[in-house]
Amino acid sequence: MAKTFQKPESLTDRYMHYCPGCTHGVIHRLVAEAIDELGIRKRTVGIAPVGCAVMVYDYIACDFQEAAHGRAPAMATGIKRVRPDLIVFTYQGDGDLASIGMGEIVHAANRGEKFTTIFVNNAIYGMTGGQMAPTTMPGQKTTTSPMGRNVDEVGMPIRIAELLSSLVTPGYITRQTVIRPKYILKAKEAIKRAFAYQVEGKCFSLVEVVSTCPTNWGMTPVEAVDWAEKTMLPYYRLGDFKTPE
Amino acid sequence: MGKVLMKGNEAIAEAAVRAGCLNYFAYPITPQSEIAEYLSRRLPEVGGVFLQGESEVAVGYMIFGASGCGQRVFTSTSSPGFSLMSEAVSYITGAECPAVFVNIVRGGPGLGGILPSQADYFQAVKGGGHGDYHLLVMAPDGVQEAVEMMMMAFPLAEKYRNPVLILGDGLIGQMMEPVEFPENLRSEPTNKDDWASNGMATRNSDTPNLVKSLFLDPRALNDHNLKLKAKYERMMREDLRYEAYNADTDYQALIVSFGTMSRVCRTAIDALKRQGIEVGMIRPQTLFPFPEKAIHEAAIRPSCKVVLSIELNMGQMLEDVQRAVLGERPVHWHGNAGGDIPSPEDIMDLVKSFL
Ligand SMILES: Cc1ncc(C[n+]2csc(CCOP(=O)(O)OP(=O)(O)O)c2C)c(N)n1
Ligand code: SF4
Repeated sequence: MAKTFQKPESLTDRYMHYCPGCTHGVIHRLVAEAIDELGIRKRTVGIAPVGCAVMVYDYIACDFQEAAHGRAPAMATGIKRVRPDLIVFTYQGDGDLASIGMGEIVHAANRGEKFTTIFVNNAIYGMTGGQMAPTTMPGQKTTTSPMGRNVDEVGMPIRIAELLSSLVTPGYITRQTVIRPKYILKAKEAIKRAFAYQVEGKCFSLVEVVSTCPTNWGMTPVEAVDWAEKTMLPYYRLGDFKTPE
Repeated sequence: MGKVLMKGNEAIAEAAVRAGCLNYFAYPITPQSEIAEYLSRRLPEVGGVFLQGESEVAVGYMIFGASGCGQRVFTSTSSPGFSLMSEAVSYITGAECPAVFVNIVRGGPGLGGILPSQADYFQAVKGGGHGDYHLLVMAPDGVQEAVEMMMMAFPLAEKYRNPVLILGDGLIGQMMEPVEFPENLRSEPTNKDDWASNGMATRNSDTPNLVKSLFLDPRALNDHNLKLKAKYERMMREDLRYEAYNADTDYQALIVSFGTMSRVCRTAIDALKRQGIEVGMIRPQTLFPFPEKAIHEAAIRPSCKVVLSIELNMGQMLEDVQRAVLGERPVHWHGNAGGDIPSPEDIMDLVKSFL
Protein backbone atom coordinates (compact mmCIF):
# COMPACT_ATOMS: atom_id res chain seq x y z
CA MET A 1 0.00 0.00 0.00
CA ALA A 2 1.36 3.44 -0.90
CA LYS A 3 2.08 5.80 1.94
CA THR A 4 0.04 8.98 1.74
CA PHE A 5 1.62 10.84 4.64
CA GLN A 6 5.06 10.52 6.11
CA LYS A 7 7.75 12.39 7.94
CA PRO A 8 9.73 14.63 5.59
CA GLU A 9 13.26 13.39 4.87
CA SER A 10 14.55 16.77 6.03
CA LEU A 11 13.13 16.27 9.53
CA THR A 12 15.24 14.23 11.96
CA ASP A 13 13.87 11.62 14.39
CA ARG A 14 14.77 13.67 17.46
CA TYR A 15 12.07 14.51 19.99
CA MET A 16 11.49 18.24 19.89
CA HIS A 17 12.03 20.11 23.15
CA TYR A 18 9.26 22.63 22.51
CA CYS A 19 6.39 23.12 25.01
CA PRO A 20 2.97 21.60 24.31
CA GLY A 21 1.01 23.87 21.98
CA CYS A 22 4.12 25.69 20.72
CA THR A 23 4.07 26.38 17.00
CA HIS A 24 7.85 26.13 16.43
CA GLY A 25 7.47 22.40 15.69
CA VAL A 26 4.78 22.94 13.06
CA ILE A 27 6.89 25.58 11.35
CA HIS A 28 9.96 23.28 11.37
CA ARG A 29 7.89 20.65 9.63
CA LEU A 30 6.71 23.06 6.94
CA VAL A 31 10.29 24.18 6.28
CA ALA A 32 11.37 20.53 6.04
CA GLU A 33 8.55 19.72 3.61
CA ALA A 34 9.44 22.70 1.41
CA ILE A 35 13.11 21.64 1.35
CA ASP A 36 12.11 18.07 0.44
CA GLU A 37 9.73 19.10 -2.30
CA LEU A 38 12.29 21.41 -3.91
CA GLY A 39 14.98 18.72 -3.58
CA ILE A 40 17.50 21.14 -2.10
CA ARG A 41 18.40 19.52 1.22
CA LYS A 42 21.97 18.66 0.27
CA ARG A 43 22.82 22.17 -0.77
CA THR A 44 20.97 23.95 2.01
CA VAL A 45 22.57 25.74 4.96
CA GLY A 46 20.32 26.94 7.78
CA ILE A 47 21.21 29.63 10.31
CA ALA A 48 19.91 28.94 13.81
CA PRO A 49 18.82 31.89 15.96
CA VAL A 50 19.29 32.62 19.63
CA GLY A 51 15.87 31.89 21.07
CA CYS A 52 13.79 28.79 21.73
CA ALA A 53 14.69 27.50 18.25
CA VAL A 54 18.46 27.65 18.87
CA MET A 55 18.60 23.88 18.44
CA VAL A 56 16.64 23.81 15.19
CA TYR A 57 19.74 22.04 13.81
CA ASP A 58 18.76 19.00 15.86
CA TYR A 59 15.47 18.80 13.96
CA ILE A 60 16.09 19.87 10.38
CA ALA A 61 18.56 17.59 8.63
CA CYS A 62 20.80 19.92 6.65
CA ASP A 63 24.01 21.84 7.29
CA PHE A 64 23.67 24.57 9.90
CA GLN A 65 25.52 27.48 11.43
CA GLU A 66 24.54 28.94 14.76
CA ALA A 67 24.36 32.73 14.90
CA ALA A 68 24.67 35.20 17.73
CA HIS A 69 21.42 36.84 18.83
CA GLY A 70 19.99 38.74 15.86
CA ARG A 71 22.95 38.34 13.53
CA ALA A 72 21.66 35.53 11.34
CA PRO A 73 20.97 37.77 8.30
CA ALA A 74 24.59 38.98 8.29
CA MET A 75 25.82 35.37 8.45
CA ALA A 76 23.45 34.36 5.67
CA THR A 77 24.81 37.27 3.64
CA GLY A 78 28.37 36.05 4.20
CA ILE A 79 27.51 32.53 3.04
CA LYS A 80 25.34 33.51 0.11
CA ARG A 81 27.89 35.99 -1.24
CA VAL A 82 30.77 33.53 -1.26
CA ARG A 83 28.68 30.46 -2.20
CA PRO A 84 25.71 31.71 -4.26
CA ASP A 85 24.96 28.11 -5.27
CA LEU A 86 23.99 27.17 -1.70
CA ILE A 87 20.42 27.63 -0.47
CA VAL A 88 20.53 29.60 2.75
CA PHE A 89 17.78 30.30 5.25
CA THR A 90 17.58 32.00 8.64
CA TYR A 91 15.03 30.96 11.26
CA GLN A 92 14.48 33.79 13.75
CA GLY A 93 12.20 34.80 16.60
CA ASP A 94 10.81 38.29 17.19
CA GLY A 95 13.34 39.27 19.85
CA ASP A 96 16.09 38.01 17.56
CA LEU A 97 14.90 39.65 14.35
CA ALA A 98 12.73 42.61 15.37
CA SER A 99 14.76 43.87 18.33
CA ILE A 100 18.49 43.14 18.56
CA GLY A 101 18.80 42.11 14.91
CA MET A 102 16.68 44.83 13.30
CA GLY A 103 19.67 46.44 11.60
CA GLU A 104 20.88 43.20 10.06
CA ILE A 105 17.50 42.14 8.62
CA VAL A 106 16.66 45.57 7.17
CA HIS A 107 20.01 45.88 5.39
CA ALA A 108 20.03 42.31 4.14
CA ALA A 109 16.51 42.77 2.74
CA ASN A 110 17.45 46.12 1.25
CA ARG A 111 20.52 44.69 -0.47
CA GLY A 112 18.23 42.04 -1.89
CA GLU A 113 20.34 39.22 -0.45
CA LYS A 114 19.08 36.04 -2.06
CA PHE A 115 18.31 34.03 1.06
CA THR A 116 15.10 33.14 2.88
CA THR A 117 14.03 34.18 6.37
CA ILE A 118 11.44 32.37 8.46
CA PHE A 119 10.36 34.90 11.07
CA VAL A 120 8.45 33.48 14.05
CA ASN A 121 6.35 36.19 15.69
CA ASN A 122 5.02 34.96 19.04
CA ALA A 123 4.74 38.42 20.61
CA ILE A 124 7.18 37.57 23.41
CA TYR A 125 10.70 36.46 24.33
CA GLY A 126 10.20 32.74 24.81
CA MET A 127 13.61 31.38 25.72
CA THR A 128 14.49 33.92 28.40
CA GLY A 129 11.20 33.49 30.22
CA GLY A 130 8.54 35.74 28.76
CA GLN A 131 9.88 39.30 28.58
CA MET A 132 8.36 41.97 26.38
CA ALA A 133 9.25 41.90 22.68
CA PRO A 134 8.91 44.69 20.11
CA THR A 135 5.95 42.66 18.83
CA THR A 136 4.16 42.32 22.20
CA MET A 137 0.52 43.46 21.88
CA PRO A 138 -0.76 46.64 23.57
CA GLY A 139 -1.79 45.79 27.13
CA GLN A 140 -0.20 42.31 26.93
CA LYS A 141 1.32 41.30 30.25
CA THR A 142 4.87 39.99 30.21
CA THR A 143 7.52 39.59 32.91
CA THR A 144 8.96 43.03 32.01
CA SER A 145 5.58 44.68 31.39
CA PRO A 146 3.68 43.33 34.40
CA MET A 147 0.93 45.96 34.00
CA GLY A 148 0.63 45.25 30.29
CA ARG A 149 2.49 46.87 27.37
CA ASN A 150 2.09 50.61 27.76
CA VAL A 151 2.23 52.02 24.25
CA ASP A 152 2.74 55.56 25.55
CA GLU A 153 6.06 54.44 26.99
CA VAL A 154 7.28 51.84 24.51
CA GLY A 155 5.31 52.48 21.34
CA MET A 156 3.14 50.17 19.28
CA PRO A 157 4.20 46.66 18.23
CA ILE A 158 6.43 46.57 15.16
CA ARG A 159 4.90 45.08 12.04
CA ILE A 160 7.91 43.58 10.30
CA ALA A 161 6.16 42.47 7.10
CA GLU A 162 4.80 45.98 6.51
CA LEU A 163 8.09 47.62 7.45
CA LEU A 164 10.21 45.48 5.14
CA SER A 165 7.74 45.72 2.28
CA SER A 166 8.30 49.50 2.27
CA LEU A 167 11.83 48.90 0.94
CA VAL A 168 12.12 49.62 -2.77
CA THR A 169 14.36 46.63 -3.54
CA PRO A 170 12.26 43.74 -4.91
CA GLY A 171 11.50 40.90 -2.54
CA TYR A 172 8.88 38.43 -1.40
CA ILE A 173 7.39 39.45 1.95
CA THR A 174 4.41 37.63 3.36
CA ARG A 175 2.68 37.05 6.69
CA GLN A 176 1.08 33.70 7.52
CA THR A 177 0.07 31.76 10.60
CA VAL A 178 -0.07 28.12 11.69
CA ILE A 179 -2.36 28.47 14.71
CA ARG A 180 -5.19 26.42 13.10
CA PRO A 181 -5.11 23.73 10.43
CA LYS A 182 -7.00 25.97 8.03
CA TYR A 183 -4.06 28.38 7.89
CA ILE A 184 -1.33 25.77 7.66
CA LEU A 185 -1.68 24.88 3.98
CA LYS A 186 -1.34 28.53 2.98
CA ALA A 187 1.66 28.95 5.26
CA LYS A 188 3.24 25.90 3.65
CA GLU A 189 2.67 27.32 0.16
CA ALA A 190 4.25 30.62 1.22
CA ILE A 191 7.32 28.96 2.72
CA LYS A 192 7.80 26.84 -0.38
CA ARG A 193 7.38 29.88 -2.59
CA ALA A 194 9.94 31.80 -0.53
CA PHE A 195 12.52 29.02 -1.05
CA ALA A 196 11.55 28.71 -4.72
CA TYR A 197 12.34 32.38 -5.34
CA GLN A 198 15.77 31.74 -3.87
CA VAL A 199 16.28 28.64 -6.02
CA GLU A 200 15.49 30.81 -9.05
CA GLY A 201 18.02 33.36 -7.80
CA LYS A 202 15.28 35.95 -7.79
CA CYS A 203 15.14 37.88 -4.53
CA PHE A 204 15.20 38.11 -0.76
CA SER A 205 12.22 36.33 0.77
CA LEU A 206 10.71 36.49 4.25
CA VAL A 207 7.77 34.62 5.73
CA GLU A 208 6.50 36.05 9.00
CA VAL A 209 4.57 33.40 10.91
CA VAL A 210 2.16 34.50 13.64
CA SER A 211 2.76 31.96 16.40
CA THR A 212 1.90 31.03 19.95
CA CYS A 213 3.86 30.77 23.18
CA PRO A 214 1.33 29.26 25.61
CA THR A 215 3.96 28.83 28.31
CA ASN A 216 4.93 32.48 28.56
CA TRP A 217 1.51 33.81 27.68
CA GLY A 218 0.25 31.89 30.72
CA MET A 219 -2.43 30.07 28.73
CA THR A 220 -3.42 26.58 27.73
CA PRO A 221 -2.64 25.73 24.11
CA VAL A 222 -6.34 26.14 23.22
CA GLU A 223 -6.60 29.53 24.93
CA ALA A 224 -3.40 30.59 23.20
CA VAL A 225 -4.81 29.83 19.77
CA ASP A 226 -8.00 31.77 20.57
CA TRP A 227 -6.01 34.71 21.93
CA ALA A 228 -3.70 34.82 18.90
CA GLU A 229 -6.66 34.73 16.55
CA LYS A 230 -8.62 37.41 18.39
CA THR A 231 -5.79 39.72 19.41
CA MET A 232 -2.88 39.25 17.01
CA LEU A 233 -4.49 38.53 13.65
CA PRO A 234 -6.47 41.81 13.42
CA TYR A 235 -3.21 43.72 13.98
CA TYR A 236 -0.87 41.37 12.14
CA ARG A 237 -2.87 41.07 8.89
CA LEU A 238 -2.20 37.88 6.91
CA GLY A 239 -1.26 37.85 3.24
CA ASP A 240 1.43 38.84 0.76
CA PHE A 241 2.84 42.32 1.29
CA LYS A 242 5.27 42.25 -1.57
CA THR A 243 6.02 39.95 -4.49
CA PRO A 244 8.91 40.26 -6.93
CA GLU A 245 6.66 40.09 -10.01
CA MET B 1 58.72 39.55 -9.14
CA GLY B 2 60.64 42.75 -8.31
CA LYS B 3 59.83 45.38 -5.73
CA VAL B 4 56.98 47.84 -6.17
CA LEU B 5 56.40 51.05 -4.23
CA MET B 6 53.09 50.76 -2.36
CA LYS B 7 51.17 52.37 0.45
CA GLY B 8 50.85 50.04 3.46
CA ASN B 9 47.08 49.70 3.30
CA GLU B 10 47.10 48.86 -0.40
CA ALA B 11 49.98 46.42 0.06
CA ILE B 12 47.99 44.62 2.79
CA ALA B 13 45.01 44.38 0.45
CA GLU B 14 47.11 43.07 -2.44
CA ALA B 15 48.87 40.60 -0.15
CA ALA B 16 45.52 39.04 0.75
CA VAL B 17 44.66 38.58 -2.91
CA ARG B 18 48.10 37.06 -3.60
CA ALA B 19 47.61 34.78 -0.61
CA GLY B 20 44.52 33.36 -2.30
CA CYS B 21 41.84 35.17 -0.28
CA LEU B 22 39.21 36.48 -2.66
CA ASN B 23 36.47 37.38 -0.18
CA TYR B 24 36.38 40.66 1.74
CA PHE B 25 33.68 42.37 3.79
CA ALA B 26 34.23 45.70 5.56
CA TYR B 27 32.92 48.99 6.83
CA PRO B 28 34.90 52.21 6.19
CA ILE B 29 37.00 53.76 8.97
CA THR B 30 40.15 55.94 9.02
CA PRO B 31 43.08 55.19 8.84
CA GLN B 32 42.57 52.05 6.78
CA SER B 33 39.72 52.77 4.31
CA GLU B 34 42.19 52.43 1.41
CA ILE B 35 42.07 48.65 1.95
CA ALA B 36 38.36 48.62 1.11
CA GLU B 37 38.76 51.12 -1.71
CA TYR B 38 41.57 49.10 -3.27
CA LEU B 39 39.69 45.81 -3.00
CA SER B 40 36.46 47.27 -4.39
CA ARG B 41 38.42 47.62 -7.65
CA ARG B 42 40.74 44.64 -7.35
CA LEU B 43 38.47 41.81 -6.27
CA PRO B 44 36.03 42.04 -9.21
CA GLU B 45 39.07 41.68 -11.52
CA VAL B 46 39.85 38.27 -10.06
CA GLY B 47 36.27 37.06 -9.63
CA GLY B 48 36.28 37.73 -5.89
CA VAL B 49 33.63 39.06 -3.52
CA PHE B 50 33.67 42.60 -2.17
CA LEU B 51 30.86 43.85 0.04
CA GLN B 52 30.55 46.96 2.19
CA GLY B 53 28.43 45.91 5.17
CA GLU B 54 26.10 48.16 7.15
CA SER B 55 28.25 48.10 10.32
CA GLU B 56 31.24 46.34 11.81
CA VAL B 57 28.80 44.25 13.84
CA ALA B 58 27.28 42.89 10.63
CA VAL B 59 30.68 42.57 8.94
CA GLY B 60 31.91 40.37 11.79
CA TYR B 61 29.07 37.94 11.07
CA MET B 62 29.53 38.10 7.32
CA ILE B 63 33.06 36.91 8.04
CA PHE B 64 31.67 34.19 10.34
CA GLY B 65 29.18 33.00 7.71
CA ALA B 66 31.69 32.97 4.86
CA SER B 67 34.33 31.26 6.96
CA GLY B 68 31.84 28.76 8.41
CA CYS B 69 30.92 27.59 4.91
CA GLY B 70 34.58 26.96 4.18
CA GLN B 71 35.83 29.97 2.23
CA ARG B 72 38.91 32.09 2.84
CA VAL B 73 37.79 35.51 4.01
CA PHE B 74 39.13 38.63 5.69
CA THR B 75 38.21 42.08 6.90
CA SER B 76 40.03 45.20 7.99
CA THR B 77 39.06 47.94 10.37
CA SER B 78 40.40 50.33 12.96
CA SER B 79 39.93 50.37 16.73
CA PRO B 80 36.25 51.42 17.21
CA GLY B 81 35.33 49.01 14.43
CA PHE B 82 37.23 46.14 16.00
CA SER B 83 35.34 46.74 19.24
CA LEU B 84 32.12 46.14 17.32
CA MET B 85 33.54 43.05 15.64
CA SER B 86 34.60 41.59 18.95
CA GLU B 87 31.23 39.92 19.52
CA ALA B 88 31.62 37.98 16.29
CA VAL B 89 35.29 37.25 17.01
CA SER B 90 34.25 35.49 20.21
CA TYR B 91 31.68 33.37 18.34
CA ILE B 92 34.15 32.60 15.55
CA THR B 93 36.77 31.33 18.00
CA GLY B 94 34.07 29.37 19.84
CA ALA B 95 32.92 27.76 16.60
CA GLU B 96 36.55 27.22 15.54
CA CYS B 97 36.48 28.95 12.19
CA PRO B 98 39.54 30.36 10.42
CA ALA B 99 39.41 34.04 9.45
CA VAL B 100 41.79 36.97 9.18
CA PHE B 101 41.20 40.35 10.80
CA VAL B 102 43.32 43.47 10.30
CA ASN B 103 43.20 46.23 12.92
CA ILE B 104 45.06 49.39 11.89
CA VAL B 105 44.97 50.79 15.39
CA ARG B 106 44.17 54.43 16.16
CA GLY B 107 44.22 56.27 19.47
CA GLY B 108 41.49 55.75 22.04
CA PRO B 109 39.46 55.35 24.17
CA GLY B 110 36.22 56.26 22.41
CA LEU B 111 36.73 58.09 19.15
CA GLY B 112 40.23 58.95 20.39
CA GLY B 113 42.18 60.15 17.39
CA ILE B 114 43.28 58.90 13.99
CA LEU B 115 47.04 58.94 14.52
CA PRO B 116 49.25 55.85 15.07
CA SER B 117 48.64 53.98 18.30
CA GLN B 118 49.14 50.63 20.00
CA ALA B 119 46.34 51.22 22.48
CA ASP B 120 44.48 48.06 21.42
CA TYR B 121 47.20 45.73 22.72
CA PHE B 122 45.06 44.42 25.59
CA GLN B 123 42.04 44.02 23.33
CA ALA B 124 44.14 42.11 20.80
CA VAL B 125 45.94 39.72 23.12
CA LYS B 126 43.65 39.36 26.13
CA GLY B 127 40.32 38.88 24.41
CA GLY B 128 38.19 41.88 23.55
CA GLY B 129 35.08 39.77 23.27
CA HIS B 130 33.70 37.48 25.97
CA GLY B 131 34.91 34.03 26.92
CA ASP B 132 38.21 32.19 27.16
CA TYR B 133 39.82 32.70 23.79
CA HIS B 134 42.89 34.03 22.07
CA LEU B 135 43.69 35.18 18.59
CA LEU B 136 47.01 34.54 16.94
CA VAL B 137 48.21 38.17 16.81
CA MET B 138 50.98 39.36 14.50
CA ALA B 139 52.41 42.88 14.60
CA PRO B 140 54.42 44.02 11.55
CA ASP B 141 57.03 46.79 11.83
CA GLY B 142 56.70 47.97 8.25
CA VAL B 143 55.01 47.47 4.93
CA GLN B 144 57.12 44.51 3.79
CA GLU B 145 56.52 42.61 6.99
CA ALA B 146 52.81 43.49 6.85
CA VAL B 147 52.68 41.87 3.41
CA GLU B 148 54.45 38.74 4.63
CA MET B 149 52.33 38.42 7.77
CA MET B 150 49.18 38.92 5.73
CA MET B 151 50.17 36.11 3.39
CA MET B 152 51.09 33.84 6.31
CA ALA B 153 47.87 34.64 8.15
CA PHE B 154 45.52 32.55 5.99
CA PRO B 155 47.28 29.18 6.27
CA LEU B 156 47.86 29.86 9.99
CA ALA B 157 44.17 30.58 10.55
CA GLU B 158 43.36 27.31 8.78
CA LYS B 159 46.02 25.35 10.67
CA TYR B 160 44.46 26.34 14.00
CA ARG B 161 40.87 26.89 12.87
CA ASN B 162 41.14 30.14 14.77
CA PRO B 163 41.14 33.79 13.70
CA VAL B 164 44.46 35.54 13.08
CA LEU B 165 44.72 39.25 13.82
CA ILE B 166 47.20 41.57 12.14
CA LEU B 167 47.77 44.51 14.48
CA GLY B 168 49.16 47.51 12.65
CA ASP B 169 48.95 51.23 13.16
CA GLY B 170 48.20 54.27 11.04
CA LEU B 171 51.83 54.79 10.11
CA ILE B 172 52.18 51.32 8.64
CA GLY B 173 48.86 51.79 6.82
CA GLN B 174 49.74 55.17 5.37
CA MET B 175 53.46 54.99 4.58
CA MET B 176 54.88 54.09 1.16
CA GLU B 177 57.65 51.51 1.02
CA PRO B 178 59.06 49.25 -1.67
CA VAL B 179 57.54 45.80 -1.26
CA GLU B 180 57.77 42.36 -2.75
CA PHE B 181 55.09 39.66 -2.60
CA PRO B 182 57.04 36.45 -1.90
CA GLU B 183 55.99 33.64 -4.21
CA ASN B 184 56.70 31.05 -1.53
CA LEU B 185 54.04 32.55 0.72
CA ARG B 186 51.22 31.83 -1.73
CA SER B 187 49.03 29.03 -0.45
CA GLU B 188 46.00 26.97 -1.38
CA PRO B 189 42.98 26.91 0.97
CA THR B 190 42.86 23.65 2.93
CA ASN B 191 40.04 21.16 2.52
CA LYS B 192 37.36 21.90 5.10
CA ASP B 193 34.88 19.14 4.31
CA ASP B 194 35.21 17.56 7.74
CA TRP B 195 33.64 20.51 9.55
CA ALA B 196 32.42 23.36 7.33
CA SER B 197 28.74 23.83 6.55
CA ASN B 198 29.47 23.96 2.86
CA GLY B 199 26.44 21.92 1.80
CA MET B 200 26.28 18.13 1.97
CA ALA B 201 26.37 17.86 -1.83
CA THR B 202 29.64 19.83 -1.97
CA ARG B 203 31.42 17.17 0.05
CA ASN B 204 29.33 14.26 -1.20
CA SER B 205 28.12 13.38 2.28
CA ASP B 206 24.89 12.30 3.94
CA THR B 207 25.74 13.81 7.31
CA PRO B 208 25.10 17.48 8.04
CA ASN B 209 27.93 19.65 9.38
CA LEU B 210 27.18 22.02 12.20
CA VAL B 211 29.16 25.17 12.98
CA LYS B 212 28.31 26.28 16.50
CA SER B 213 29.61 27.59 19.80
CA LEU B 214 26.80 26.44 22.15
CA PHE B 215 27.66 23.63 24.58
CA LEU B 216 24.95 23.41 27.24
CA ASP B 217 26.47 20.36 28.91
CA PRO B 218 29.08 21.59 31.43
CA ARG B 219 31.46 18.69 30.71
CA ALA B 220 31.23 19.26 26.98
CA LEU B 221 31.88 22.99 27.39
CA ASN B 222 34.88 22.38 29.63
CA ASP B 223 36.24 19.82 27.14
CA HIS B 224 35.73 22.33 24.36
CA ASN B 225 37.67 24.96 26.29
CA LEU B 226 40.46 22.48 27.01
CA LYS B 227 40.67 21.80 23.30
CA LEU B 228 40.95 25.53 22.60
CA LYS B 229 43.59 25.86 25.32
CA ALA B 230 45.64 23.12 23.72
CA LYS B 231 45.50 25.07 20.47
CA TYR B 232 46.87 28.20 22.13
CA GLU B 233 49.67 26.16 23.69
CA ARG B 234 50.49 24.73 20.29
CA MET B 235 50.72 28.26 18.89
CA MET B 236 53.36 28.97 21.53
CA ARG B 237 55.37 25.89 20.50
CA GLU B 238 55.06 26.18 16.74
CA ASP B 239 54.29 29.73 15.69
CA LEU B 240 55.97 32.08 18.13
CA ARG B 241 57.90 34.78 16.27
CA TYR B 242 60.22 37.51 17.52
CA GLU B 243 63.37 39.30 16.50
CA ALA B 244 66.35 39.73 18.80
CA TYR B 245 68.29 42.89 17.86
CA ASN B 246 71.81 43.69 19.06
CA ALA B 247 71.16 40.97 21.60
CA ASP B 248 74.53 39.18 21.36
CA THR B 249 76.32 42.17 22.93
CA ASP B 250 76.90 42.93 26.60
CA TYR B 251 74.02 45.39 26.62
CA GLN B 252 73.20 47.36 29.73
CA ALA B 253 69.54 47.87 28.89
CA LEU B 254 66.99 45.68 27.13
CA ILE B 255 64.14 47.24 25.14
CA VAL B 256 60.95 45.35 24.35
CA SER B 257 59.01 47.08 21.60
CA PHE B 258 56.90 46.10 18.58
CA GLY B 259 55.53 47.56 15.35
CA THR B 260 56.24 51.15 14.38
CA MET B 261 57.63 51.95 17.84
CA SER B 262 60.30 49.27 17.47
CA ARG B 263 61.64 50.96 14.32
CA VAL B 264 62.36 54.11 16.29
CA CYS B 265 64.00 52.02 19.01
CA ARG B 266 66.19 50.34 16.41
CA THR B 267 67.44 53.73 15.18
CA ALA B 268 68.15 54.76 18.79
CA ILE B 269 70.01 51.50 19.47
CA ASP B 270 72.23 52.05 16.41
CA ALA B 271 72.99 55.65 17.45
CA LEU B 272 73.76 54.63 21.05
CA LYS B 273 76.10 51.96 19.76
CA ARG B 274 78.09 54.66 17.95
CA GLN B 275 78.39 56.41 21.32
CA GLY B 276 79.65 53.22 22.91
CA ILE B 277 76.43 52.25 24.70
CA GLU B 278 75.02 48.81 23.96
CA VAL B 279 71.26 48.25 24.15
CA GLY B 280 69.52 45.03 23.16
CA MET B 281 65.98 44.63 21.89
CA ILE B 282 63.43 41.85 21.72
CA ARG B 283 60.78 42.72 19.15
CA PRO B 284 57.73 40.48 19.45
CA GLN B 285 56.40 39.73 15.96
CA THR B 286 53.63 37.64 17.46
CA LEU B 287 51.99 39.40 20.40
CA PHE B 288 50.07 36.23 21.11
CA PRO B 289 51.83 33.88 21.55
CA PHE B 290 54.17 36.25 23.43
CA PRO B 291 57.97 35.62 23.50
CA GLU B 292 58.12 35.51 27.28
CA LYS B 293 60.94 33.00 27.48
CA ALA B 294 63.12 34.99 25.09
CA ILE B 295 62.46 38.17 27.06
CA HIS B 296 63.25 36.45 30.34
CA GLU B 297 66.53 35.05 29.07
CA ALA B 298 67.53 38.37 27.53
CA ALA B 299 66.67 40.26 30.73
CA ILE B 300 68.78 38.08 33.01
CA ARG B 301 71.93 38.51 30.96
CA PRO B 302 74.49 39.61 33.59
CA SER B 303 75.29 42.91 31.83
CA CYS B 304 71.61 43.93 31.67
CA LYS B 305 70.51 46.34 34.40
CA VAL B 306 67.08 47.44 33.26
CA VAL B 307 64.23 46.42 30.95
CA LEU B 308 62.19 49.05 29.08
CA SER B 309 58.77 48.35 27.57
CA ILE B 310 58.35 51.05 24.95
CA GLU B 311 54.91 51.24 23.37
CA LEU B 312 52.38 53.66 21.88
CA ASN B 313 49.97 53.40 24.79
CA MET B 314 49.97 53.90 28.55
CA GLY B 315 51.76 50.65 29.41
CA GLN B 316 49.85 47.58 28.28
CA MET B 317 52.52 45.22 26.97
CA LEU B 318 54.38 46.30 30.11
CA GLU B 319 52.30 43.79 32.10
CA ASP B 320 53.38 40.92 29.87
CA VAL B 321 57.00 42.06 29.97
CA GLN B 322 56.87 42.18 33.78
CA ARG B 323 55.35 38.70 33.76
CA ALA B 324 58.22 37.51 31.55
CA VAL B 325 60.98 39.15 33.61
CA LEU B 326 59.54 37.72 36.83
CA GLY B 327 61.08 40.44 39.02
CA GLU B 328 64.66 39.59 38.00
CA ARG B 329 65.25 43.18 36.75
CA PRO B 330 63.43 46.48 37.12
CA VAL B 331 60.94 46.98 34.27
CA HIS B 332 59.86 50.48 33.18
CA TRP B 333 57.34 51.74 30.70
CA HIS B 334 57.85 54.55 28.25
CA GLY B 335 55.35 55.66 25.64
CA ASN B 336 52.84 58.07 24.21
CA ALA B 337 49.15 57.49 23.61
CA GLY B 338 48.22 60.67 21.75
CA GLY B 339 49.56 59.84 18.32
CA ASP B 340 52.99 61.49 18.58
CA ILE B 341 55.69 58.88 18.19
CA PRO B 342 58.69 59.30 20.53
CA SER B 343 61.83 60.23 18.56
CA PRO B 344 65.11 58.28 18.54
CA GLU B 345 66.58 61.11 20.67
CA ASP B 346 63.79 60.62 23.25
CA ILE B 347 64.64 56.93 23.44
CA MET B 348 68.37 57.65 23.69
CA ASP B 349 67.79 60.09 26.56
CA LEU B 350 65.49 57.59 28.25
CA VAL B 351 68.09 54.81 28.10
CA LYS B 352 70.83 57.10 29.39
CA SER B 353 68.66 58.19 32.32
CA PHE B 354 68.71 54.59 33.57
CA LEU B 355 72.43 53.93 33.17
C1 LIG C 1 23.59 39.46 22.97
C2 LIG C 1 22.55 38.70 23.68
N1 LIG C 1 21.61 39.35 24.43
C3 LIG C 1 20.65 38.66 25.07
C4 LIG C 1 20.58 37.30 25.00
C5 LIG C 1 19.53 36.55 25.79
N2 LIG C 1 18.43 36.03 24.95
C6 LIG C 1 18.42 34.76 24.56
S1 LIG C 1 17.06 34.36 23.66
C7 LIG C 1 16.43 35.90 23.84
C8 LIG C 1 15.09 36.27 23.28
C9 LIG C 1 14.50 35.25 22.42
O1 LIG C 1 13.24 35.63 22.01
P1 LIG C 1 12.73 35.44 20.53
O2 LIG C 1 13.74 35.88 19.57
O3 LIG C 1 11.41 36.11 20.44
O4 LIG C 1 12.60 33.86 20.34
P2 LIG C 1 11.68 32.79 21.07
O5 LIG C 1 12.50 32.28 22.21
O6 LIG C 1 10.43 33.50 21.52
O7 LIG C 1 11.44 31.75 20.05
C10 LIG C 1 17.29 36.71 24.59
C11 LIG C 1 17.02 38.11 24.94
C12 LIG C 1 21.59 36.64 24.23
N3 LIG C 1 21.63 35.31 24.11
N4 LIG C 1 22.52 37.36 23.59
S1 SF4 D 1 8.72 28.99 25.73
FE1 SF4 D 1 7.19 29.56 24.19
S2 SF4 D 1 8.31 29.70 22.25
FE2 SF4 D 1 9.58 28.58 23.71
S3 SF4 D 1 9.15 26.43 23.33
FE3 SF4 D 1 7.80 27.09 24.99
S4 SF4 D 1 5.95 27.74 23.99
FE4 SF4 D 1 7.51 27.62 22.41
